[in-house]
Amino acid sequence: MIAFTIEMALVATALLLIPGTLIAWLLARRAWRGKALVETFVMLPLVMPPVATGLILLRLFGRRGVIGSRLGFDVVFTWRAVVLAMTVMAFPLFVRTARVAFEHVSRRYEDIARTLGAGEIRVFFTITLPLASRGIIAGAVIAFARALGEFGATILIAGNIEGQTSTIATSIYTLVQLGEDRAAMSLLLVSVVIAFGAIFASELLLRKA
Amino acid sequence: MRLVFDDVTLALPEFALRASFDVETNALGIFGPSGAGKTTLLEIIAGLRAPDRGRIFVDDVEISSLKTRERRIGYVPQDDTLFPHMSVKKNVLYGGTGGAPILHWMDDLMHRGVTKLSGGERRRVALARAMTTNPRLLLLDELLGGLDDAKKRELIALIPRPIIFVSHERDEIAALCEHVVSIDRGQCSAPASLPQSSFSLSSRPQLKR
Repeated sequence: MIAFTIEMALVATALLLIPGTLIAWLLARRAWRGKALVETFVMLPLVMPPVATGLILLRLFGRRGVIGSRLGFDVVFTWRAVVLAMTVMAFPLFVRTARVAFEHVSRRYEDIARTLGAGEIRVFFTITLPLASRGIIAGAVIAFARALGEFGATILIAGNIEGQTSTIATSIYTLVQLGEDRAAMSLLLVSVVIAFGAIFASELLLRKA
Repeated sequence: MRLVFDDVTLALPEFALRASFDVETNALGIFGPSGAGKTTLLEIIAGLRAPDRGRIFVDDVEISSLKTRERRIGYVPQDDTLFPHMSVKKNVLYGGTGGAPILHWMDDLMHRGVTKLSGGERRRVALARAMTTNPRLLLLDELLGGLDDAKKRELIALIPRPIIFVSHERDEIAALCEHVVSIDRGQCSAPASLPQSSFSLSSRPQLKR
């Protein structure tokens, strides 16, 4: 179950990497209509009760949901729901960190690259992205740590099915309810170690950036 | 090189920048105190800032209607803006290999990281980088500022033509330029020709056009 949680968190992080980087760049570097709206929308999961976010996801991805009914495979109460909950909840943290990373890249470098004949795509991949890469990696690490600990949305759309959708967080909850404090404590230790390592790593990355 | 500023105007917070002149020269100096609008003028020529109105021609090409990356104007800004994540070689060749023959004076620097260069070395690298794109002309912003006399002479010998050379030091302009435009609070004077000094060698390398 520990390995399963880490695996799901890795998948979630991988899924949010490209769209998250794109949105972070659009927020940092471009002016467009509806920007403030998208900005707010992306940040919503950060401040809403996770259970409420879970409920929205349940409505959207349930068998009769707007998205769920068109997918052709089940999401709710499967491992996919675990990944979905983790991705949505970790997304704002990643976008925030990546956006700041992009904002810290001096526009002068991009300008000079343009005078040297580089088009916008080349500027992005050779100047902006490499100079922001530390911050983006740090964002990915934070997102991964957040995904690992996801509980509220997960319990609603994935449940807590042993051997299928149980994660570290949902298992701790069950163990405490059953009064198995000892087992709960050892899982707690595992999550503290992982979270500590991830945050520590991202802080180091951000400091050098 | 024939350089024409056709009624170029840009409103700035403190004053309005105005340039309107027509000059045939291989080395134009822009002379004025700091904050007079010298750098802004270069940024307009390079295509990094759009003027409110007016057109700029270099040898009958209206460069002001071209995109930044299509202008082929080599720009060496005052803060040199070397790409910090690239080696010297990658910096120099970013815009192409058009000036490959000039690289012999870079041999000793080529494989070093840009963060380990001295001030004079950084200027050399920035100059080489701006030359490798086959530019129509080079814009040099305070290229010699803060260097000792030996370093200045070294660098002066490497500067090709045609150039627009910005400085607040009269001596530097006299050493390098054929004509000079004075600028104060955004107002550009008519170009005046300068007596040829011992520095302006007729055997200087010419930029291909």
